[in-house]
Amino acid sequence: MIKNISNLGDAAVYCDFGSDVSETINTKVINYFNHLSVLVKKNKINGIKNITPSYNKLIISFDLEKTNYLEIKKVVMNLDIKEDAQNNNKKVKVPVCCENEFGLDFKRLLDKTRLSKEEILKFYLEKEYFCYMTGFIAGMPFLGDINKKIRCDRLETPRVKVPQGSVGITEQFTNIYTFESPGGWNIIGNTPLKIFDKLNLEEPALIKPGDKVSFYQISKKEYINWNE
Amino acid sequence: MSNTYFQILRPGINTTIQDGGRNHLYHVGITVSGAIDQRNLKLVNKLVENQLDEAVIEFAYQGPLLKLKNGKIIFSITGDVLFKIIRKNSKIEDGICYKKYILEDGDQIDLISTKNTAYGYLSVKGGFKLEKVWNSYSTNTKANIGSNNGKKYSIEDKIIIKSNDLQTSKEMKMSYNKISDNIIRVIKGTNFNYFSREAQNSFFNQEFLVTKLADRMGIRLSGLKLENIVSTNIKSEGLIRGAIQVPADGNPIIMLSDHGTIGGYPKIGVVISADLDRVGQLTPRSAIKFKEVRLEEAQNIFKAYTDDTNKYLNECN
Repeated sequence: MIKNISNLGDAAVYCDFGSDVSETINTKVINYFNHLSVLVKKNKINGIKNITPSYNKLIISFDLEKTNYLEIKKVVMNLDIKEDAQNNNKKVKVPVCCENEFGLDFKRLLDKTRLSKEEILKFYLEKEYFCYMTGFIAGMPFLGDINKKIRCDRLETPRVKVPQGSVGITEQFTNIYTFESPGGWNIIGNTPLKIFDKLNLEEPALIKPGDKVSFYQISKKEYINWNE
Repeated sequence: MSNTYFQILRPGINTTIQDGGRNHLYHVGITVSGAIDQRNLKLVNKLVENQLDEAVIEFAYQGPLLKLKNGKIIFSITGDVLFKIIRKNSKIEDGICYKKYILEDGDQIDLISTKNTAYGYLSVKGGFKLEKVWNSYSTNTKANIGSNNGKKYSIEDKIIIKSNDLQTSKEMKMSYNKISDNIIRVIKGTNFNYFSREAQNSFFNQEFLVTKLADRMGIRLSGLKLENIVSTNIKSEGLIRGAIQVPADGNPIIMLSDHGTIGGYPKIGVVISADLDRVGQLTPRSAIKFKEVRLEEAQNIFKAYTDDTNKYLNECN
């Protein structure tokens, strides 16, 4: 399970699940995250401030006035996690408009992959993706893995502003820009769907780690009328 | 129902509402926010007999010029701040930090600037009329969450004051000593061994300069390039306040309260909790040095830091 537990500074515990990026390892990270979150919600653990799952790490930050590294480490080591724990993960279908005004980087992708736009979209849309983590900006999901044939590095010079709703790909991953933000992913389209809703106080992020996500294409007309 | 408010005659460079911060949301990408200088947040609230983590106005460098409308309040300023109180009769008083004042209807507070530090704090007894978002009043300007719709204050905004509670018995004052040490204590990071022996040595021995790229998200430093011998990228993982990332250009970045929740650069170190207030207050062109401490030592230093904070708080009991 956890390969190594160490301290990250004096107020965080760093749980290392290995160096590979895979659904198997990430599912273990998410299991630990879900377990700890329930305990925090039920006030069973004192002093935890934040828990951040990522591909293969889990970072737990705590209030040094209330607890310390050894106490939280002990809690983590004593967790009884079942390998095949049932998660409440869901499937999300995301509409995406890939017309040229939204698919900003097709020209670059056609050059790099030597495929046509139709082929790229066929490979992209036929797969269901796994959400490894959310973050960087509020609600941004990191999804994978995309077909090897359409993988491509980040832009050499990142954009200063990627439009809100942009759907991007890089390496084996795909994501959605929930806010306008700087970024270097190859943009293939834009979704009108609200992925992060700050008015939804219970569950602001539509896509959570462990969820399965697939994309389907919509026309520009459907895109424009989506939120009406 | 109070009708008392601050009219903003000049908003200042980066004036926001901050409190203890917003927790339990890193996993959806929402950062902690909160006052950069948590000790001065507590002290400024204590001086007006508020809860210690009540929402206050945080300002950076040039602060706001505020005019009080429809009421009479008690306020205090902490930090290293040059400010004046302009009374209704045009009489101007030089302001003193760490002291309680009464402000009358029509009086103005001119928060001219911070001195050799980045942030200052203004509290009002009883607090401001705001709504919590995810259990915090803090303004998060990146995700537009929190007070003032997640935006810094601008000239047309009003800051509404909760009460006209002037029930006060005594004078409130603290004799605050600002620590002007340039040593920042650090615990080695999870990727410390990504750096060459020379880089590891120079990290703890050479001086770094704070660049002008310093804000509530983080502080970029410049110095001798820190050579990475393993990889200039890691698989993205969580970040925390105080984490020091080193991107491919070899210049360290220290994460502050509004940092991105995950990052993909190696972490060479983490600033200890007791030094976070001081790091956040650094201004461009200041020179700093990192000093290595071990976990147990950091925990003891934090106890001393907490005792110091309590000593100041007790001056007002």
